[in-house]
Amino acid sequence: MDLSSAENIVVIGGGQAGAQAIQSLRLFGYEGHIALVGDETALPYQRPPLSKAYMKGEMAEDRLYFKPAAWYEDNKVETLLSQRVEKLDRSAREVRLEHGGHLPYDALIIATGSRPRALPVEGMDLKNVFDLRGLADVEHIQPKMIPGQKLVIIGAGYIGLEAAAVARQLGLDVTVLEMADRVLARVTSPVISEFYQDLHKEHGVDIRLGARLDKLKGEGGTVSHAVLAGGEEIEADMVLAGIGIVPNVELAADAGLAVKDGIIVDEDARTTDPRIFAAGDCTVRPLAHYARTGRLESVHNAIEQGKLAAAAIMDKPRPNIDCPWFWSDQYDIKLQIAGLSQGHDTVVVRGDKAAKKFAAFYLKNGRLIAVDAVNSPPEFIASKKLIMTGAVIAPDRLSDTSTSMKEIAAAAA
Amino acid sequence: MPTITYIDHDGGERQIEAKNGETVMETAIKNSVPGIDADCGGACACATCHVYVDEAFMEKVGQPEEMEQSMLDFAENVQSNSRLSCQITVSDELDGLKVTTPESQH
Repeated sequence: MDLSSAENIVVIGGGQAGAQAIQSLRLFGYEGHIALVGDETALPYQRPPLSKAYMKGEMAEDRLYFKPAAWYEDNKVETLLSQRVEKLDRSAREVRLEHGGHLPYDALIIATGSRPRALPVEGMDLKNVFDLRGLADVEHIQPKMIPGQKLVIIGAGYIGLEAAAVARQLGLDVTVLEMADRVLARVTSPVISEFYQDLHKEHGVDIRLGARLDKLKGEGGTVSHAVLAGGEEIEADMVLAGIGIVPNVELAADAGLAVKDGIIVDEDARTTDPRIFAAGDCTVRPLAHYARTGRLESVHNAIEQGKLAAAAIMDKPRPNIDCPWFWSDQYDIKLQIAGLSQGHDTVVVRGDKAAKKFAAFYLKNGRLIAVDAVNSPPEFIASKKLIMTGAVIAPDRLSDTSTSMKEIAAAAA
Repeated sequence: MPTITYIDHDGGERQIEAKNGETVMETAIKNSVPGIDADCGGACACATCHVYVDEAFMEKVGQPEEMEQSMLDFAENVQSNSRLSCQITVSDELDGLKVTTPESQH
Protein backbone atom coordinates (compact mmCIF):
# COMPACT_ATOMS: atom_id res chain seq x y z
CA MET A 1 0.00 0.00 0.00
CA ASP A 2 1.41 3.40 -1.00
CA LEU A 3 1.17 5.71 1.97
CA SER A 4 3.54 8.40 0.75
CA SER A 5 0.66 10.83 0.31
CA ALA A 6 -0.37 10.37 3.97
CA GLU A 7 -1.42 13.58 5.72
CA ASN A 8 -1.70 12.30 9.27
CA ILE A 9 0.76 9.98 10.93
CA VAL A 10 0.41 9.00 14.55
CA VAL A 11 3.28 7.50 16.53
CA ILE A 12 2.34 5.76 19.76
CA GLY A 13 5.28 5.63 22.14
CA GLY A 14 8.08 8.13 22.68
CA GLY A 15 11.03 5.80 23.18
CA GLN A 16 13.98 5.17 20.90
CA ALA A 17 11.88 3.55 18.15
CA GLY A 18 9.20 6.24 18.10
CA ALA A 19 11.78 9.03 18.14
CA GLN A 20 13.70 7.41 15.29
CA ALA A 21 10.56 6.91 13.21
CA ILE A 22 9.71 10.60 13.49
CA GLN A 23 13.21 11.75 12.58
CA SER A 24 13.33 9.37 9.64
CA LEU A 25 9.90 10.43 8.37
CA ARG A 26 11.09 14.05 8.19
CA LEU A 27 14.41 12.98 6.69
CA PHE A 28 12.57 11.02 3.99
CA GLY A 29 10.59 14.14 3.13
CA TYR A 30 7.27 13.57 4.87
CA GLU A 31 5.60 16.97 5.21
CA GLY A 32 2.24 16.08 6.76
CA HIS A 33 1.16 16.13 10.37
CA ILE A 34 2.86 13.96 12.98
CA ALA A 35 1.42 13.34 16.42
CA LEU A 36 3.59 11.63 19.01
CA VAL A 37 1.71 10.15 21.95
CA GLY A 38 3.86 9.18 24.93
CA ASP A 39 2.88 8.13 28.43
CA GLU A 40 5.98 9.60 30.09
CA THR A 41 6.33 13.26 31.03
CA ALA A 42 9.66 13.66 29.23
CA LEU A 43 10.40 14.09 25.54
CA PRO A 44 12.07 11.04 23.94
CA TYR A 45 15.37 10.17 25.60
CA GLN A 46 18.02 7.45 25.61
CA ARG A 47 17.39 4.61 28.03
CA PRO A 48 20.79 2.87 28.08
CA PRO A 49 22.50 5.50 30.30
CA LEU A 50 19.77 5.09 32.93
CA SER A 51 21.51 2.01 34.31
CA LYS A 52 25.00 3.33 33.50
CA ALA A 53 26.50 6.84 33.37
CA TYR A 54 23.28 8.72 34.14
CA MET A 55 22.46 6.58 37.16
CA LYS A 56 25.98 7.12 38.40
CA GLY A 57 25.51 10.87 38.17
CA GLU A 58 28.15 11.30 35.47
CA MET A 59 25.80 12.50 32.77
CA ALA A 60 23.55 15.55 32.88
CA GLU A 61 19.87 15.00 32.17
CA ASP A 62 19.80 17.25 29.11
CA ARG A 63 22.30 14.94 27.42
CA LEU A 64 19.79 12.09 27.55
CA TYR A 65 17.40 13.72 25.11
CA PHE A 66 17.59 12.77 21.44
CA LYS A 67 16.46 16.22 20.37
CA PRO A 68 15.86 19.50 22.16
CA ALA A 69 12.24 20.65 22.58
CA ALA A 70 12.71 23.21 19.80
CA TRP A 71 13.33 20.42 17.29
CA TYR A 72 9.78 19.14 17.71
CA GLU A 73 8.40 22.63 17.11
CA ASP A 74 10.68 23.29 14.16
CA ASN A 75 9.72 19.95 12.66
CA LYS A 76 6.02 20.39 13.38
CA VAL A 77 5.70 17.32 15.56
CA GLU A 78 2.77 17.55 17.94
CA THR A 79 3.94 15.98 21.19
CA LEU A 80 1.18 14.60 23.38
CA LEU A 81 3.08 13.66 26.54
CA SER A 82 1.76 12.05 29.73
CA GLN A 83 -1.00 10.61 27.60
CA ARG A 84 -2.01 7.05 26.99
CA VAL A 85 -3.89 5.59 24.07
CA GLU A 86 -7.05 3.86 25.14
CA LYS A 87 -8.05 2.25 21.90
CA LEU A 88 -7.01 1.81 18.34
CA ASP A 89 -10.02 1.98 16.04
CA ARG A 90 -8.88 0.53 12.74
CA SER A 91 -12.20 0.87 10.92
CA ALA A 92 -12.42 4.59 11.76
CA ARG A 93 -8.61 4.89 11.36
CA GLU A 94 -8.22 6.77 14.57
CA VAL A 95 -6.50 6.52 17.89
CA ARG A 96 -8.53 7.30 20.98
CA LEU A 97 -6.78 8.91 23.91
CA GLU A 98 -7.48 7.87 27.48
CA HIS A 99 -8.27 11.40 28.62
CA GLY A 100 -10.56 12.10 25.68
CA GLY A 101 -9.92 13.22 22.15
CA HIS A 102 -8.95 11.20 19.15
CA LEU A 103 -6.31 11.37 16.46
CA PRO A 104 -7.04 10.35 12.88
CA TYR A 105 -4.31 8.53 10.99
CA ASP A 106 -3.45 7.57 7.44
CA ALA A 107 -0.48 5.64 8.76
CA LEU A 108 0.21 4.55 12.33
CA ILE A 109 3.42 3.46 14.05
CA ILE A 110 3.12 1.49 17.26
CA ALA A 111 6.28 1.87 19.34
CA THR A 112 4.86 1.04 22.73
CA GLY A 113 8.00 -0.72 23.95
CA SER A 114 7.95 -2.92 26.97
CA ARG A 115 7.49 -2.76 30.70
CA PRO A 116 9.42 -4.41 33.50
CA ARG A 117 8.10 -7.80 34.52
CA ALA A 118 6.50 -7.37 37.93
CA LEU A 119 8.01 -9.22 40.88
CA PRO A 120 5.61 -12.07 41.53
CA VAL A 121 6.07 -11.99 45.30
CA GLU A 122 4.48 -10.63 48.43
CA GLY A 123 5.89 -7.25 49.38
CA MET A 124 6.55 -5.90 45.90
CA ASP A 125 4.39 -2.86 46.74
CA LEU A 126 6.53 -1.85 49.71
CA LYS A 127 8.27 1.50 49.68
CA ASN A 128 11.81 1.56 48.23
CA VAL A 129 11.13 -1.33 45.87
CA PHE A 130 11.79 -0.15 42.33
CA ASP A 131 11.92 -1.15 38.69
CA LEU A 132 14.45 0.38 36.37
CA ARG A 133 13.02 1.33 33.02
CA GLY A 134 12.37 5.06 32.81
CA LEU A 135 13.72 8.41 33.86
CA ALA A 136 11.10 8.57 36.60
CA ASP A 137 12.44 5.33 38.11
CA VAL A 138 15.96 6.76 38.32
CA GLU A 139 14.58 9.89 39.97
CA HIS A 140 13.30 7.65 42.78
CA ILE A 141 16.41 5.48 42.96
CA GLN A 142 19.17 8.05 42.73
CA PRO A 143 18.58 9.88 46.03
CA LYS A 144 18.99 6.52 47.78
CA MET A 145 22.27 5.72 46.09
CA ILE A 146 24.19 6.63 49.24
CA PRO A 147 27.36 4.94 50.55
CA GLY A 148 26.61 2.22 53.06
CA GLN A 149 23.00 1.74 52.01
CA LYS A 150 22.04 -1.89 51.50
CA LEU A 151 20.78 -2.61 48.00
CA VAL A 152 19.30 -5.94 46.98
CA ILE A 153 18.94 -6.52 43.25
CA ILE A 154 16.60 -9.20 42.03
CA GLY A 155 17.80 -10.70 38.75
CA ALA A 156 21.30 -10.90 37.28
CA GLY A 157 20.49 -9.77 33.76
CA TYR A 158 22.15 -6.79 32.12
CA ILE A 159 20.03 -4.20 33.92
CA GLY A 160 20.59 -5.79 37.31
CA LEU A 161 24.33 -6.17 36.83
CA GLU A 162 24.79 -2.67 35.41
CA ALA A 163 22.91 -1.25 38.39
CA ALA A 164 25.02 -3.39 40.72
CA ALA A 165 28.20 -1.95 39.19
CA VAL A 166 26.98 1.63 39.56
CA ALA A 167 25.85 1.04 43.14
CA ARG A 168 29.16 -0.52 44.15
CA GLN A 169 31.07 2.36 42.60
CA LEU A 170 28.89 4.71 44.65
CA GLY A 171 29.71 2.78 47.82
CA LEU A 172 26.52 0.83 48.50
CA ASP A 173 26.46 -2.72 49.87
CA VAL A 174 25.08 -4.79 47.01
CA THR A 175 23.55 -8.25 46.95
CA VAL A 176 22.31 -9.75 43.69
CA LEU A 177 19.81 -12.59 43.82
CA GLU A 178 19.63 -14.81 40.75
CA MET A 179 17.40 -17.85 40.38
CA ALA A 180 19.54 -19.53 37.71
CA ASP A 181 22.88 -21.17 38.46
CA ARG A 182 24.78 -18.38 36.67
CA VAL A 183 24.38 -14.68 35.85
CA LEU A 184 23.17 -13.59 32.39
CA ALA A 185 21.95 -17.17 31.91
CA ARG A 186 19.27 -16.20 29.41
CA VAL A 187 21.57 -14.23 27.12
CA THR A 188 25.07 -15.64 27.17
CA SER A 189 27.31 -18.66 27.58
CA PRO A 190 28.88 -19.97 30.80
CA VAL A 191 32.31 -18.51 29.95
CA ILE A 192 30.93 -14.97 29.91
CA SER A 193 28.69 -15.60 32.91
CA GLU A 194 31.67 -16.78 34.91
CA PHE A 195 33.69 -13.74 33.90
CA TYR A 196 30.97 -11.37 35.14
CA GLN A 197 30.47 -13.32 38.34
CA ASP A 198 34.18 -12.97 39.09
CA LEU A 199 34.18 -9.30 38.09
CA HIS A 200 31.36 -8.44 40.46
CA LYS A 201 32.84 -10.49 43.29
CA GLU A 202 36.12 -8.66 42.79
CA HIS A 203 34.22 -5.40 43.27
CA GLY A 204 32.56 -6.67 46.41
CA VAL A 205 29.12 -7.61 45.15
CA ASP A 206 27.52 -10.54 46.94
CA ILE A 207 26.11 -12.64 44.10
CA ARG A 208 23.73 -15.38 45.18
CA LEU A 209 23.09 -17.94 42.48
CA GLY A 210 20.23 -20.42 42.61
CA ALA A 211 18.56 -18.00 44.99
CA ARG A 212 14.78 -18.01 44.96
CA LEU A 213 13.12 -14.94 46.40
CA ASP A 214 10.20 -15.90 48.61
CA LYS A 215 8.98 -12.45 49.61
CA LEU A 216 9.95 -8.95 50.57
CA LYS A 217 9.46 -8.02 54.19
CA GLY A 218 8.81 -4.50 55.42
CA GLU A 219 8.79 -2.32 58.48
CA GLY A 220 6.18 0.41 58.57
CA GLY A 221 5.47 -0.01 54.88
CA THR A 222 9.11 0.29 53.82
CA VAL A 223 11.12 -2.68 52.62
CA SER A 224 13.57 -4.04 55.18
CA HIS A 225 14.49 -7.56 54.04
CA ALA A 226 14.48 -9.86 51.06
CA VAL A 227 13.49 -13.31 52.25
CA LEU A 228 14.82 -16.34 50.37
CA ALA A 229 12.91 -19.58 49.87
CA GLY A 230 15.15 -21.28 52.43
CA GLY A 231 14.18 -18.66 55.03
CA GLU A 232 17.35 -16.58 54.97
CA GLU A 233 16.66 -12.86 55.39
CA ILE A 234 18.86 -10.34 53.64
CA GLU A 235 18.77 -6.75 54.90
CA ALA A 236 17.62 -4.22 52.32
CA ASP A 237 17.23 -0.44 52.39
CA MET A 238 16.28 -0.61 48.74
CA VAL A 239 15.30 -3.36 46.31
CA LEU A 240 15.69 -3.14 42.54
CA ALA A 241 13.89 -5.63 40.34
CA GLY A 242 15.42 -6.52 36.99
CA ILE A 243 13.74 -9.75 36.01
CA GLY A 244 13.03 -9.04 32.37
CA ILE A 245 10.49 -7.16 30.36
CA VAL A 246 7.02 -7.74 28.94
CA PRO A 247 6.25 -6.30 25.50
CA ASN A 248 3.37 -3.82 25.40
CA VAL A 249 1.17 -5.53 22.84
CA GLU A 250 -2.28 -5.00 24.34
CA LEU A 251 -3.36 -2.11 22.09
CA ALA A 252 -2.39 -4.05 18.98
CA ALA A 253 -3.94 -7.29 20.19
CA ASP A 254 -7.21 -5.59 21.14
CA ALA A 255 -7.34 -4.05 17.66
CA GLY A 256 -7.08 -7.50 16.11
CA LEU A 257 -3.51 -7.27 14.81
CA ALA A 258 -1.51 -10.50 14.81
CA VAL A 259 0.38 -10.78 18.09
CA LYS A 260 2.52 -13.54 19.53
CA ASP A 261 4.93 -12.54 22.32
CA GLY A 262 5.17 -9.31 20.33
CA ILE A 263 3.38 -7.54 17.52
CA ILE A 264 4.14 -9.53 14.40
CA VAL A 265 5.76 -7.43 11.68
CA ASP A 266 7.37 -8.12 8.31
CA GLU A 267 10.73 -6.99 6.86
CA ASP A 268 9.37 -3.44 6.55
CA ALA A 269 8.09 -3.32 10.16
CA ARG A 270 4.54 -3.55 8.82
CA THR A 271 1.89 -5.31 10.89
CA THR A 272 -0.96 -7.36 9.48
CA ASP A 273 -2.75 -4.06 8.78
CA PRO A 274 -1.02 -2.36 5.82
CA ARG A 275 -1.48 1.10 7.35
CA ILE A 276 -0.04 0.10 10.72
CA PHE A 277 3.63 -0.40 11.54
CA ALA A 278 5.31 -1.42 14.76
CA ALA A 279 8.89 -0.86 15.91
CA GLY A 280 11.13 -1.69 18.83
CA ASP A 281 10.80 -3.95 21.87
CA CYS A 282 7.10 -4.57 21.22
CA THR A 283 7.60 -6.44 17.94
CA VAL A 284 8.35 -9.93 16.72
CA ARG A 285 10.29 -9.53 13.49
CA PRO A 286 12.04 -11.57 10.85
CA LEU A 287 15.68 -12.08 11.88
CA ALA A 288 17.35 -11.74 8.53
CA HIS A 289 20.49 -13.73 9.28
CA TYR A 290 18.88 -16.48 11.31
CA ALA A 291 15.96 -17.78 9.20
CA ARG A 292 13.48 -17.30 12.03
CA THR A 293 11.51 -14.59 13.79
CA GLY A 294 12.13 -13.16 17.21
CA ARG A 295 11.89 -10.22 19.54
CA LEU A 296 14.96 -8.03 20.01
CA GLU A 297 15.24 -5.85 23.10
CA SER A 298 17.82 -3.39 21.87
CA VAL A 299 18.74 0.07 20.69
CA HIS A 300 19.83 -1.34 17.33
CA ASN A 301 16.42 -2.88 16.77
CA ALA A 302 14.51 0.23 17.80
CA ILE A 303 16.55 2.41 15.43
CA GLU A 304 16.40 -0.04 12.56
CA GLN A 305 12.67 -0.66 12.74
CA GLY A 306 11.94 3.05 13.19
CA LYS A 307 13.81 3.65 9.95
CA LEU A 308 12.18 0.68 8.22
CA ALA A 309 8.68 1.89 9.07
CA ALA A 310 9.41 5.44 7.93
CA ALA A 311 10.97 4.22 4.69
CA ALA A 312 8.04 1.92 3.94
CA ILE A 313 5.52 4.69 4.57
CA MET A 314 7.44 7.09 2.32
CA ASP A 315 7.97 4.42 -0.36
CA LYS A 316 11.76 4.71 -0.06
CA PRO A 317 14.21 1.84 -0.60
CA ARG A 318 14.42 -0.42 2.44
CA PRO A 319 17.32 0.67 4.70
CA ASN A 320 20.09 -1.82 5.37
CA ILE A 321 19.30 -4.59 7.82
CA ASP A 322 22.15 -4.79 10.31
CA CYS A 323 23.32 -7.74 12.33
CA PRO A 324 21.66 -7.47 15.77
CA TRP A 325 23.99 -5.80 18.26
CA PHE A 326 24.01 -4.83 21.91
CA TRP A 327 26.35 -3.45 24.52
CA SER A 328 26.74 -3.32 28.29
CA ASP A 329 29.01 -1.17 30.45
CA GLN A 330 29.95 -2.47 33.89
CA TYR A 331 32.82 -0.92 35.87
CA ASP A 332 35.56 -0.33 33.30
CA ILE A 333 34.46 -3.24 31.13
CA LYS A 334 32.69 -2.78 27.84
CA LEU A 335 30.84 -5.79 26.51
CA GLN A 336 29.85 -5.59 22.86
CA ILE A 337 27.63 -8.27 21.44
CA ALA A 338 26.99 -8.98 17.79
CA GLY A 339 24.51 -11.54 16.57
CA LEU A 340 22.30 -14.00 18.42
CA SER A 341 24.04 -16.97 20.01
CA GLN A 342 20.89 -19.08 20.46
CA GLY A 343 21.35 -22.49 18.84
CA HIS A 344 25.16 -22.42 18.75
CA ASP A 345 27.02 -25.75 18.85
CA THR A 346 30.54 -24.45 19.52
CA VAL A 347 32.04 -21.69 21.67
CA VAL A 348 35.54 -20.43 20.85
CA VAL A 349 37.40 -18.16 23.25
CA ARG A 350 39.97 -15.72 21.90
CA GLY A 351 42.16 -13.48 24.03
CA ASP A 352 43.04 -13.27 27.69
CA LYS A 353 40.27 -13.62 30.23
CA ALA A 354 42.58 -12.71 33.11
CA ALA A 355 43.53 -9.47 31.34
CA LYS A 356 39.80 -8.75 30.91
CA LYS A 357 40.22 -8.57 27.17
CA PHE A 358 38.74 -11.52 25.35
CA ALA A 359 35.88 -12.65 23.17
CA ALA A 360 33.60 -15.67 22.98
CA PHE A 361 32.60 -16.61 19.45
CA TYR A 362 29.52 -18.74 18.82
CA LEU A 363 29.43 -21.07 15.85
CA LYS A 364 26.67 -23.19 14.39
CA ASN A 365 27.56 -25.79 11.77
CA GLY A 366 30.90 -24.01 11.38
CA ARG A 367 29.34 -20.60 10.70
CA LEU A 368 29.87 -17.63 12.97
CA ILE A 369 26.49 -16.61 14.42
CA ALA A 370 27.43 -14.37 17.37
CA VAL A 371 30.19 -12.91 19.51
CA ASP A 372 30.45 -11.54 23.03
CA ALA A 373 33.45 -9.19 22.99
CA VAL A 374 34.86 -8.03 26.33
CA ASN A 375 36.97 -4.88 25.88
CA SER A 376 37.62 -6.17 22.37
CA PRO A 377 36.15 -3.86 19.70
CA PRO A 378 37.96 -5.50 16.75
CA GLU A 379 36.38 -8.86 17.56
CA PHE A 380 32.97 -7.15 17.75
CA ILE A 381 33.16 -5.07 14.60
CA ALA A 382 34.78 -7.71 12.44
CA SER A 383 32.21 -10.27 13.60
CA LYS A 384 29.26 -8.02 12.72
CA LYS A 385 30.28 -8.25 9.09
CA LEU A 386 31.29 -11.92 9.22
CA ILE A 387 27.96 -12.90 10.77
CA MET A 388 26.04 -11.10 8.05
CA THR A 389 27.92 -12.93 5.31
CA GLY A 390 27.52 -16.29 7.05
CA ALA A 391 31.27 -16.78 7.16
CA VAL A 392 32.68 -20.21 7.97
CA ILE A 393 35.82 -19.83 10.09
CA ALA A 394 37.90 -22.59 11.66
CA PRO A 395 37.77 -22.47 15.48
CA ASP A 396 41.56 -22.70 15.85
CA ARG A 397 41.96 -19.70 13.58
CA LEU A 398 39.51 -17.67 15.67
CA SER A 399 41.30 -18.53 18.90
CA ASP A 400 44.75 -17.69 17.50
CA THR A 401 45.52 -14.12 18.55
CA SER A 402 48.64 -14.02 16.39
CA THR A 403 46.25 -13.61 13.46
CA SER A 404 44.49 -10.23 13.69
CA MET A 405 40.74 -9.88 13.28
CA LYS A 406 41.48 -7.80 10.18
CA GLU A 407 43.32 -10.71 8.63
CA ILE A 408 40.60 -13.15 9.63
CA ALA A 409 37.93 -10.89 8.17
CA ALA A 410 39.89 -10.33 4.96
CA ALA A 411 40.46 -14.06 4.48
CA ALA A 412 36.78 -14.83 5.03
CA ALA A 413 35.54 -12.15 2.62
CA MET B 1 30.61 29.54 22.59
CA PRO B 2 32.91 27.68 20.22
CA THR B 3 31.82 27.31 16.64
CA ILE B 4 32.15 24.01 14.82
CA THR B 5 31.89 23.65 11.08
CA TYR B 6 30.52 20.40 9.74
CA ILE B 7 31.27 19.69 6.11
CA ASP B 8 29.32 16.92 4.42
CA HIS B 9 30.81 14.63 1.79
CA ASP B 10 29.47 16.89 -0.98
CA GLY B 11 31.25 19.91 0.49
CA GLY B 12 28.15 21.53 2.01
CA GLU B 13 29.04 23.44 5.19
CA ARG B 14 27.10 24.08 8.39
CA GLN B 15 28.40 26.29 11.17
CA ILE B 16 27.04 25.38 14.58
CA GLU B 17 27.42 27.14 17.92
CA ALA B 18 28.49 24.34 20.23
CA LYS B 19 28.28 24.05 23.99
CA ASN B 20 31.42 23.40 26.00
CA GLY B 21 31.33 19.95 27.58
CA GLU B 22 29.13 18.37 24.93
CA THR B 23 30.71 16.22 22.28
CA VAL B 24 31.13 16.96 18.59
CA MET B 25 28.67 14.10 17.98
CA GLU B 26 26.01 15.47 20.36
CA THR B 27 26.32 18.92 18.85
CA ALA B 28 25.71 17.42 15.41
CA ILE B 29 22.72 15.30 16.46
CA LYS B 30 20.97 18.09 18.37
CA ASN B 31 21.39 20.41 15.42
CA SER B 32 20.31 17.79 12.88
CA VAL B 33 23.60 17.77 11.02
CA PRO B 34 23.30 14.91 8.53
CA GLY B 35 25.96 12.25 8.08
CA ILE B 36 26.36 11.19 11.71
CA ASP B 37 24.20 8.33 13.02
CA ALA B 38 25.55 7.84 16.55
CA ASP B 39 23.34 4.81 17.13
CA CYS B 40 24.68 4.05 20.60
CA GLY B 41 24.26 7.63 21.78
CA GLY B 42 27.90 8.21 22.59
CA ALA B 43 28.93 5.06 24.44
CA CYS B 44 31.81 4.36 22.04
CA ALA B 45 30.02 1.12 21.20
CA CYS B 46 29.00 1.38 17.56
CA ALA B 47 31.42 3.45 15.42
CA THR B 48 28.63 5.27 13.56
CA CYS B 49 29.79 8.82 14.35
CA HIS B 50 32.99 8.72 12.29
CA VAL B 51 34.35 12.11 11.13
CA TYR B 52 37.49 13.45 9.53
CA VAL B 53 39.16 16.17 11.58
CA ASP B 54 40.63 19.16 9.75
CA GLU B 55 44.41 18.72 9.74
CA ALA B 56 44.93 22.12 11.37
CA PHE B 57 43.09 20.88 14.48
CA MET B 58 44.58 17.42 14.75
CA GLU B 59 46.93 18.39 17.53
CA LYS B 60 44.31 20.21 19.61
CA VAL B 61 41.81 17.38 19.20
CA GLY B 62 44.41 14.83 20.23
CA GLN B 63 44.81 11.13 19.62
CA PRO B 64 42.08 8.53 20.09
CA GLU B 65 42.31 6.24 23.09
CA GLU B 66 42.86 2.54 22.56
CA MET B 67 39.18 1.56 22.54
CA GLU B 68 38.30 4.23 19.99
CA GLN B 69 41.33 3.46 17.85
CA SER B 70 40.46 -0.20 17.59
CA MET B 71 36.88 0.69 16.61
CA LEU B 72 38.20 3.09 13.98
CA ASP B 73 40.46 0.42 12.52
CA PHE B 74 37.33 -1.24 11.19
CA ALA B 75 35.41 1.82 10.02
CA GLU B 76 34.85 2.28 6.30
CA ASN B 77 37.21 4.68 4.51
CA VAL B 78 39.28 5.39 7.58
CA GLN B 79 42.07 7.98 7.26
CA SER B 80 44.85 9.22 9.51
CA ASN B 81 42.55 12.10 10.62
CA SER B 82 39.59 9.84 11.42
CA ARG B 83 37.95 10.15 14.84
CA LEU B 84 34.74 9.06 16.49
CA SER B 85 32.99 12.35 17.15
CA CYS B 86 31.42 11.05 20.39
CA GLN B 87 34.91 11.01 21.86
CA ILE B 88 35.74 14.65 21.08
CA THR B 89 34.56 17.03 23.79
CA VAL B 90 33.92 20.62 22.80
CA SER B 91 35.98 23.32 24.53
CA ASP B 92 37.00 26.91 23.79
CA GLU B 93 40.25 25.55 22.46
CA LEU B 94 38.35 23.84 19.65
CA ASP B 95 36.66 27.06 18.49
CA GLY B 96 36.72 27.04 14.70
CA LEU B 97 37.05 23.24 14.45
CA LYS B 98 36.15 21.79 11.08
CA VAL B 99 35.11 18.17 10.65
CA THR B 100 33.99 16.36 7.52
CA THR B 101 31.38 13.63 7.65
CA PRO B 102 31.72 10.52 5.49
CA GLU B 103 29.16 9.54 2.87
CA SER B 104 27.87 6.69 5.02
CA GLN B 105 28.37 5.41 8.56
CA HIS B 106 27.60 1.80 7.68
